[in-house]
Amino acid sequence: MAYVSVKGGERAISNAHQWLDEMRRGDTSVPELEVEQIREQLSLAVDRVMMEGSCYDPDLAALAIKQARGDVTEAIFLVRAYRTTLQRFGVTEPLETSRMAVQRRVSAAFKDIPGGQILGPTFDYTHRLLNFDLYDTGPAAMAPKAVDPVAETVPTIASVLAHESLLEEPPADAPDADAPYDLTRQPMAFPAGRDQRLQALARGDEGFLLSLAYASQRGWGNTHPLCGEIRMGAIAVEFTPEELGFPIEIGEIVVTECQMISNFEGSADRPPQFTFGYGLTFGHNERKTMSMAIVDRALRHKEIGETPAHAVQDEEFVLYHSDNVEASGFVQHLKLPHYVDFQAELQFVRRLCKEWHEAREGGEDSTTNDPLIAEAAE
Amino acid sequence: MNEVLAPDGLSPGFTNPVFESQHTFRRVLDAMSRPGLLINLDADLSAPADGIDAAAAIALALLDFETPIYLSPVPEWAGLAQWLRFHCGCPIVENPGDAAFALVRVDAMPALDQFNSGDPKYPDRSATLIIVCPSLEGGDSLRLAGPGIADFRVIAPTGFDPAFWDDVRQDRSKFQLGIDLILTSDNHIVALPRSTRIALED
Amino acid sequence: MNAVTNRKLNGAYNHAYLDEQTKRMIRRAILKAVAIPGYQVPFGSREMPVPYGWGTGGIQITASIIGQDDVYKCIDQGADDTTNAVSIRRFFAKVADVATTETTEKATIIQTRHRVPEAPLKEGQIMVYQVPQPEPLRGLEPRETETRAMHAYEEYGLQYLSLYESVSAFGRIAGGAGYPVLVDERYLMSPSPIPKFDNPKLHQSEALHLFGAGREKRIYAVPPHTDVRSLDFEDYPFEVQHFDEVCALCGCSESYKDEVILDDEGNRMFVCSDSSYCTDRRNAGHAGPLAGHVLGQDDPDPASLEDAQ
Repeated sequence: MAYVSVKGGERAISNAHQWLDEMRRGDTSVPELEVEQIREQLSLAVDRVMMEGSCYDPDLAALAIKQARGDVTEAIFLVRAYRTTLQRFGVTEPLETSRMAVQRRVSAAFKDIPGGQILGPTFDYTHRLLNFDLYDTGPAAMAPKAVDPVAETVPTIASVLAHESLLEEPPADAPDADAPYDLTRQPMAFPAGRDQRLQALARGDEGFLLSLAYASQRGWGNTHPLCGEIRMGAIAVEFTPEELGFPIEIGEIVVTECQMISNFEGSADRPPQFTFGYGLTFGHNERKTMSMAIVDRALRHKEIGETPAHAVQDEEFVLYHSDNVEASGFVQHLKLPHYVDFQAELQFVRRLCKEWHEAREGGEDSTTNDPLIAEAAE
Repeated sequence: MNEVLAPDGLSPGFTNPVFESQHTFRRVLDAMSRPGLLINLDADLSAPADGIDAAAAIALALLDFETPIYLSPVPEWAGLAQWLRFHCGCPIVENPGDAAFALVRVDAMPALDQFNSGDPKYPDRSATLIIVCPSLEGGDSLRLAGPGIADFRVIAPTGFDPAFWDDVRQDRSKFQLGIDLILTSDNHIVALPRSTRIALED
Repeated sequence: MNAVTNRKLNGAYNHAYLDEQTKRMIRRAILKAVAIPGYQVPFGSREMPVPYGWGTGGIQITASIIGQDDVYKCIDQGADDTTNAVSIRRFFAKVADVATTETTEKATIIQTRHRVPEAPLKEGQIMVYQVPQPEPLRGLEPRETETRAMHAYEEYGLQYLSLYESVSAFGRIAGGAGYPVLVDERYLMSPSPIPKFDNPKLHQSEALHLFGAGREKRIYAVPPHTDVRSLDFEDYPFEVQHFDEVCALCGCSESYKDEVILDDEGNRMFVCSDSSYCTDRRNAGHAGPLAGHVLGQDDPDPASLEDAQ
């Protein structure tokens, strides 16, 4: 077998990338996907890419999904690397989620709540049977319209419970609310404030948060969560330009919000009451939003007075490892050559190995096929 | 990349901000890496006061909205604050302790201990002082040693009260805490990062 | 015309890719790093167009310091023709319009992963290291809050204990790459995973050494003429790797070597890991036992490297 060097030239890189382009296109007898098709028909993938890519732009997210051959984590990376070059104009006003044009809103805490339960476009209660009709394209499905319009303002579960002191006060925002912590411009710092924590979780990998939340439910840091409310819909984004001095609406985005409620038995300092975990994502993503809310609550152990004992309660562990762009890059960098370090390790292990055999020495025992050991025994 | 046109009465900054910032920074980096080395910044700009070309170039290269700066309140520098606000967008602070940078004239400096010398866990959060003095040569000799210096270097800036160097030594006795100094005169600079050990030569 | 086709990503990036505000932020961090040798300055590392772990820290430092007069060299594992080095060099040739070289002496900025060149560095040169894990204590203590306190109060007992334990276990100090050093007798520092063979090159070096960890968001530095001491014990002094084999191509006995497997029978040869150094020696007439052997027969494509120039 000829020795093939892993040192690659420019031509190898260029050829590899052309091959990648060819693989992306697949069988050319099949029509090429248009970005609009991805945006409209793979909209939940688009939502996830926008959220973890930290950039609300469905067209861009759809383009990234196409370019990444449907690899969502790769698409997130593409969006992040583009986003970082964009000019920043300022910080918007906080979203007022009670004014959301609600498409879906359910509470698991009360049978009925002001504003009502709205099932909305959900996979819940679908039977997970493959719909073979989708093999064919057909006429667009049309859902019936509601008879009564949804109220313009739908109170959140917090305000529903506010008149009883059963619910903790909403956690205070950072004192300097004009300038929320921004992980895209500042490195992680500990202890993390609420703004930093929620930003890290919102950008965090859905799978990682899901597993942490699940582990917590199973007892690895349980917060006894209950879905106080989950809602999804469009909401206006307002921005106050310096020269105007008052907020103007700059657009509308779809978000999913979750208030997770946990019971707390009380401590010397605090009465027994319900506590909050909060989740919010771009687009429609309840799995991520609920996971985020559970993990947020678990990480609040210090202010609530719980003793942390599990990974989900460890903010350094959770916040440092939730970012899939960081994680994916570092895990995969092991593909890069490491032969300088490996040569150092090899020398060391060979020496130890040789000494080990010498120490054990009768002398006649070291017939082995392992070239490493064979050489060490020479 | 284009020249930033200054409003009436305000002198322009760099003609080509991208390349001149890089050029200035590299020389400042060279100065910081080789404490005591006299370096010509070769800055081509119309600073809003006399004798501060190098100091103004450093400000243009390094300051922005993230870097609060303290300025010596001397009448000759009356236009400096507005110039910096326009070209750098940096907040001007009254209290030396709030400043990430200070642009001070050697005869109008607050006491050194009024500036932030950092946190033991984050010593990088300390202030950097850009000090404008009449000349970087011809004053009392100071002998320098430490990182960036092969054996020793000697500098002789003018305008400093000998007591100032006692304050600097006092500040540096707390290393890793400390204030980093860049001495400037016209277009020349000499850097004295906190790692540099300074002794007055007899 | 819809928004998608309307959108033009026309490559209108700033010189050296990064925007000016980001460069200023990184430049300020670099100056603090130089002022506090060996201390890790946190910085607002940006997402780069290459993955974390693939040189984002080194790329951000280079992008912040590089100018039109610079001559840029990029190596990975000591070699200029390693895939990732080729890729990064192309990036800067494109976005910074800068001259590139493979010759160590000609370079003003040398970006590296895992090696320090064999040729002595000169005054005015800047080494830029790509650092995967800037924290030398991380393998012993996973918490940043803890290790930051250890550096603040110069509590390096944990590190010495670990070295001592390795002496007890192996009869010597283990560790082949990323061997911890003390900078100016104050800060414990990871020299990035260079082999400890390269550690002595940092001590009282003529060049400035800048270290960038993009994913971990840290920058640190060793100025020229700074003491850099590899940790050891009086009775177990620091020692570097030594190769019994000479370079098969240039015959060098002093350099750090790559081991190259020649066949399935266990035959191998050793060649200089620093490709530029080895080439210079061969051009000067030095020859090793396998002189003339072509590495990477399937793609002897050195000409294409010059495309970037």
